[in-house]
Order: sequence, then structure tokens, then C-alpha cells
Amino acid sequence: MSEKRIALQLKNITKSFGDKYANKNVSLDVYHGEILSVLGENGSGKTSLMNVVAGIYTPDSGQIFIDGKEASINSPKDAFSFNVGMIHQHFKLVDVFNATENIVLGIDDEKGFDLKKARTRIIEIAGKYGFIIDPDKKIYDMSVSEKQTVEIIRVLYRGADILILDEPTAVLTPQETQVLFDVLRRMRDDGKAIIIITHKLHEVLSLSDRVAVLRKAEYVGTVITAQTNEKQLTEMMVGVKTELNIHRDEPVNPSSRLIVSDINCKNREGVTVLKNISFEAKSGEILGIAGIAGSGQRELLEAVAGLQKIESGDILYIDPKTQEKEDLRNKTPMQIRDMGVRLSFVPEDRLGMGLVGNMGIVDNMMLRSYKRGPLIFLSRKEPKYLADEIIERLHISTPDAETPVRRLSGGNVQKVLVGREIAAAPTVFMAAYPVRGLDIGASYTIYDLLNEQKQNGVAVIFVGEDLDVLIELCDRIMVLSGGTVSGIVNARQTTKEEIGLLMTKSKEDSKNAQ
Amino acid sequence: MIVTFLSRAVGQAIPLLFGSTGEIITEKSGNLNLGIPGIMYMGGCAGIMGAYIYEHSVAVPSPALCVLIPLLASIIGSGFLALIYSFLTITLRANQNVTGLAITTFGIGFSDFFGGSLVGMMDGDGQLSVMRSSGYFKKTLPFADKLGEVGELFFSYGFLAYVAIIIAIASAWFLRRTRAGLQLRAVGENPATADAAGINVAKYKYLATCIGGIIAGLGGLYFIMDYTGGSWTSGGFGDRGWLAIAIVIFATWKPNVGILGSLVFGGLYIAYYYTGDLGRRVGELFKMLPYIVTIIVLVITSMRSKKENQPPEHLGLPYFREER
Repeated sequence: MSEKRIALQLKNITKSFGDKYANKNVSLDVYHGEILSVLGENGSGKTSLMNVVAGIYTPDSGQIFIDGKEASINSPKDAFSFNVGMIHQHFKLVDVFNATENIVLGIDDEKGFDLKKARTRIIEIAGKYGFIIDPDKKIYDMSVSEKQTVEIIRVLYRGADILILDEPTAVLTPQETQVLFDVLRRMRDDGKAIIIITHKLHEVLSLSDRVAVLRKAEYVGTVITAQTNEKQLTEMMVGVKTELNIHRDEPVNPSSRLIVSDINCKNREGVTVLKNISFEAKSGEILGIAGIAGSGQRELLEAVAGLQKIESGDILYIDPKTQEKEDLRNKTPMQIRDMGVRLSFVPEDRLGMGLVGNMGIVDNMMLRSYKRGPLIFLSRKEPKYLADEIIERLHISTPDAETPVRRLSGGNVQKVLVGREIAAAPTVFMAAYPVRGLDIGASYTIYDLLNEQKQNGVAVIFVGEDLDVLIELCDRIMVLSGGTVSGIVNARQTTKEEIGLLMTKSKEDSKNAQ
Repeated sequence: MIVTFLSRAVGQAIPLLFGSTGEIITEKSGNLNLGIPGIMYMGGCAGIMGAYIYEHSVAVPSPALCVLIPLLASIIGSGFLALIYSFLTITLRANQNVTGLAITTFGIGFSDFFGGSLVGMMDGDGQLSVMRSSGYFKKTLPFADKLGEVGELFFSYGFLAYVAIIIAIASAWFLRRTRAGLQLRAVGENPATADAAGINVAKYKYLATCIGGIIAGLGGLYFIMDYTGGSWTSGGFGDRGWLAIAIVIFATWKPNVGILGSLVFGGLYIAYYYTGDLGRRVGELFKMLPYIVTIIVLVITSMRSKKENQPPEHLGLPYFREER
């Protein structure tokens, strides 16, 4: 390792958004001819750090050295001039262009515009590293892995020596992943420095030479892959448990409220996003849902709320009064409401799905009650009372009840949404990342509200990302991994390591377990 | 009679061709400029105003300036409106539809006001008319008359008609074959991608919108100086600007197909003159043809599924880097 040249060196990089740190004094080295994995939970600052290197974010402080010389990178263009190329998780390609056109886009080399020559060079690059690509194929005809190939070749075409890949395998099948890894190994042998952002432990172990771990914006350390194991990496990734002192009562008379059995869902592209999910939500209990972002949390909640089509399986709701069972499968939200099921849903996308940003609090309250009122007229009185009550009870800071909610701070927007959903006196309350972007005070207000619902005998489902919060707030925690349930644990007895391992459990592992 | 109809159809087609080529260039950058009808009015009105002021301020107007001054005035007038549109929609990210409609209203109002009152302001009387300058715009090649029907069909138009066709073909070539053309299309399809690739999105949008506006403005100039023979009539340009926008869809955003589209619509626009014995009532029905065809074209194009024939993906939307 010692005779290798350092390709990229980061020194004390700090980047903050508002008063939140994305990276705090992070230092890293990458050598030519090696694959470095950057490992960390959601929100640990992996992508932010790499965006700094790729010129998308400008760091608040810190230095970047490339091949020993200090580099100032202020735009993606600068990054290219230092031979740094990043392949983003969301591809940046023009759909109606073919591969060649996308690859040459934005290159101004004064050499004249010759697509044929470019095409030949693309085939050369592809041959050298073993890519399979059709330079004349339009992007819209391509599979995800082909699009990724175009992105990687684009970066190589521009002469990148340092390649950064942001979760490249998240969208690939296991076979495609193998092909990608072979290509990456060949590029490593060619002397390129490769950084791969990931949270899949088995990939880290099979692919990389070294692993750098980030946790909560800070750099934890770098280990040589050959000298480590899953357990050590998980511990580095999740860290030591911190005490939050969130209030938690014992569940009172828990009884089944929602029984989900064996549901399967596909997304719009036809990819399976939920596989054989079964669980039970009980009244008077908070069920936590943990998992890496995009493991199916969103689809699961939307399936229950009637927003996501279910291929197979059942969702049974048990009425608390009559004990009658009703099937919610493939009902619209309106049908579910008409059945007398009081389901409240606080979606992840507050201003997109939850509230209308340009309307005031009163109007947003009416989104749930517009069906009431005589004939074609709306009743504005009740929503107005409700709005005033929520503002007072949840201490929402707003000039008045008619101010567009878009102008409120994130925490206040969330309080409006949670307040409205609670006011509907739900029997099932689902919240996706309700404290995301909120400060500590606002977060605790939300925890209190969830606890209050729990005491009222509501079945609460809480999707969270901070494991410390999940462990202290919930009664049981269900862990999702790649659209499957990798485990349901008792929150009072579990550890962060246990959940961390379940979260990163690969598809193969869970198959073996069965 | 067929030849006369065809050559008149070409005369009708030229303003439409200028307008649609200009709008295609603009839309390729992702800007849906509904101000084009107003900009075309403005291009025509500014041109005739320039010609009138020049003709009345010198004793013996020179032929070259009789062409250059209206041309320059037209470019400044339409370019200015396109610049206002660009500033509002690109820099201030105002709603493109509202801005475009405002520009159209303004352009038409401005033109009708000055077209009607310029003569009075300059202490003249009668209609705003520039016969001399118009003569130069209408000048055909000397041998055109001797070629009979071929001459009438191909060589009986002023120079702007040929400019229109050259611009349309050149634009098609520019969009398909040049680096700048590729990058302009990328801006209209996916500005975030273009931005990440190091393309200056705002620059491309400004240039495409202003140049597109200027090209469209020449359509107004041709109409006034050549087609109507250099005299202003209030509202004379009619709704040709809107037809030009319809042709953009007909041509599936390809300037070379726009030539065909303009000829078809130009022919339909005057078809009612040639209904002959069918009587006036039928003639009135024929006046509806361009609009009926527009509706049919819209229905057909929205059913077509080929991706290349769809509008630029980011058409009508503002681009703001920090939103990604």
C-alpha cells in the first residue's frame, strides 16, 4: 500500500446547511489503483462529502488535494478539469438523445464537432474495461444498468482518473452488480482511484480495498477490508448508543388493529418493491419501521393508506368497537374513509402530499372536511376553530391562520400536518419521518404527540431513520431490507448493532435464513 | 389558376414560416413563448415605422438604406420584446404562459397605436404607407417574369421569402448537426443535466429566445413590406402568429418540416378565395379550415407516442439550480 500514490486527499472538510452539519472536519485519503468504500447510515454525510469533491457543494472550510496539489473545485466543470468524475444516484441524462450524444454533451474542446469520432472512442473505452454499450441506443430505450454504463463512460470519456459512484448498486440486479464490479476492478487495475458510496456490507467486503466510515457527519475511521468483518463495520457505522430520554409508557391492553399478511407490490416501472410483507399493528402501541432509505417504507405506508396498488396479500382492519374485520386491500383513500376506518397518514413529503403550500392553515384543515357543509357550500367555521385550536395547542408560530403554510418553518409545517391528522381522531396513525429536518424541541413535541395517541389506544406506525429514537420511542421495531421484512424486534431489548445488521442484511442472506 | 393559388399560398406561408422557425428555436431552449404573435406584430410595425421616418426625413432615400433601416428597426423591435420575455421568465422565473400572453397583448397594442398615429405625429396625413421601401422589398429577380408559370411559382417573391427558407433549413441543420445545437436541445430537454455537464443554461435560453423572437419578427416585416405592399392596416396581420405556434406542433419541432407545415397552412388560409361557384356561405366555412386542421393536428400529435416527436421535456418550466 505504501508505494501507491495518493490520488485524492481531503483535509478537515466541513460543510453545513443552516445550523446542521453535513460534514464536520472530515479527512480522507484515496490512492491510485484502489477501491475505497465510504460507508455510513442515511444522513451520515457520505453523499454530501462526495458532492463537495464533485463541485456540487462548496465546502465551508477544509482543503482538497489532488495528486498532491491543492485544488479549488467550485463547479462540476472544475471537477472535470481535475479529472474527478461522479456518477450520481439519479442519472443526469437527456432521454431523447442517444448514448453518444449524452456522452459528448458539454464538452467544448475546440476540435470540431464529430460524433463519429466520439462514437469510435466510446467503443474503445468500452472495450478496454469490458462495458457493454450500444452508442446509438436512445436513453429512453435503455435499462437502468445501461444508463449507468453511459454515465460511467461519460466520466471516463472526459478523462477522469478519480471516479466517485453514489450507491451504484441500489438499482441493479445481482447479475448486473457482478458485471459492474468486474468493470470497477478492471479500472482499479488500470490505476484509477475509485470511491464507492454504499451501505451494503457484503458489497463493501467483496469489492473494496479499504473502507472509510462516516457517522453523523463525522469521520470515524478507515480500515483495510481484509482485516475487518461485518460486526466491526456495523459498530463503526451505528456507534455507541446515546441516551435521549424519550418518554415511553407500557402499552395498555394492546389488541390487533391492523393485520398485514403477505403483501407484494410493484412500482410504476414494474419492479417489485414489497415482497411478502407480513406484520401486525396493535392498538396502544408504537410500531417502528427501520431500514435504509428506499427499502420499501414509503410503499408500505402508501399500500395501507390506499395509494399503492397491491399485487397480492391482505390488509385487514379490525374495528375497535365491533371487532369486525374489513379488507382494505386496493381501496381508495375515500373508500377507506367511507368504510368508517379512521386512518391518519403523515406522509414523508409534507408539502407535496400532506398539505397545500400556498393555502393557509384553515384551508389545509378543510382538505379533510370539505365533504361537510350544506349543498355545494363549504363550512369554514369548524376548520377555523380547529386551526386556532391546533395553533394554540401545538404552539405553532405563524402570523395568523390564513398565512400560506409554505412560509412556515419545517417544524411548524409538520405540526400543522400532524395536528390535522390527530384531530381526525384516528384509530391507526401512520407517520413517515415526522421529525426529519426538525430541531430538538419540535422533535420532542412530535414524540409527545405520538405517545399521546398511543395512550388513547391508537395503533401508531412510525417510520424513522435515527436508530436511537426508534429504540427509545417504539414498542416494537420492524426492519425492512430491500422490500422484505428482515426482522421484528422488541425495542426494549434490542441494540443498535442488531438493527444495523438487519438493515444491511442482503437479499441472499435473508434467503439463507429462511 | 392552380399556379396563382400556389404562389399566393407561398406568400401566405412565408410569415408563418418565420414565426414557426423562431418559435421552434425558442421552444428548443425550453421556453414556450406565447408572445410570438405580439412579437411578429412588433417586427412588422417597427419595420414600417423605421421606413416611414427615413422616407420622410431625407429628400432622396437610398435603396440600400430603404431596406436596411426597416430591417434593423424590425430586429430591434422584436428583439426588445423577446428580451423582456427572457428577462421575466429566465432571470425572474415568471410564469411563461402569463408572460407570453402579456407580451402578445402589449405587442399588438403598441403596433396598432403607432401604426395608426405615427402619420399624425409626424404632421402628415392619410394612411401609414411606405411605397418606395416596399418596392425594394418586393423586388424580384429580373428574369422572373419571362419564365412563365415556373417564374410565378418560384421566383415571384421578394428576397425575404428566400431568407425564410434559408433560415428554416439552416436552423434544422444547426439543431441536428452542431455542438451548440445539441447543447441547446439538452437545455430544453433537461436543464439540470445540461447544467451538470457544464453548459450555461441561462445563456442558451436567452440567446435562443431572443434570436427566435427576431426571426419571428421578420415574418411581420415580410407581411407588411412585401405581402401587403407597405401600408399599415390595423389588425391586418390577423391571427397568423397563433397559426405559427400551431405549425410548431405540426412540424414536431423540426424547422425543415415547418416549411411544409407553413405551405399547408398558407394554402388553407386563403382556400376560401378559390371556392368559386360554391357561393359565399361555403367560402365562410372554408375560412375555418386552418383552425379545424390545427385541432386535428393537436389531437393526432398528442396520440403519437414516438419520443422524438414530443415537445422538449422541460418546455414551459423555469429552471432553478438550487431546486435539484
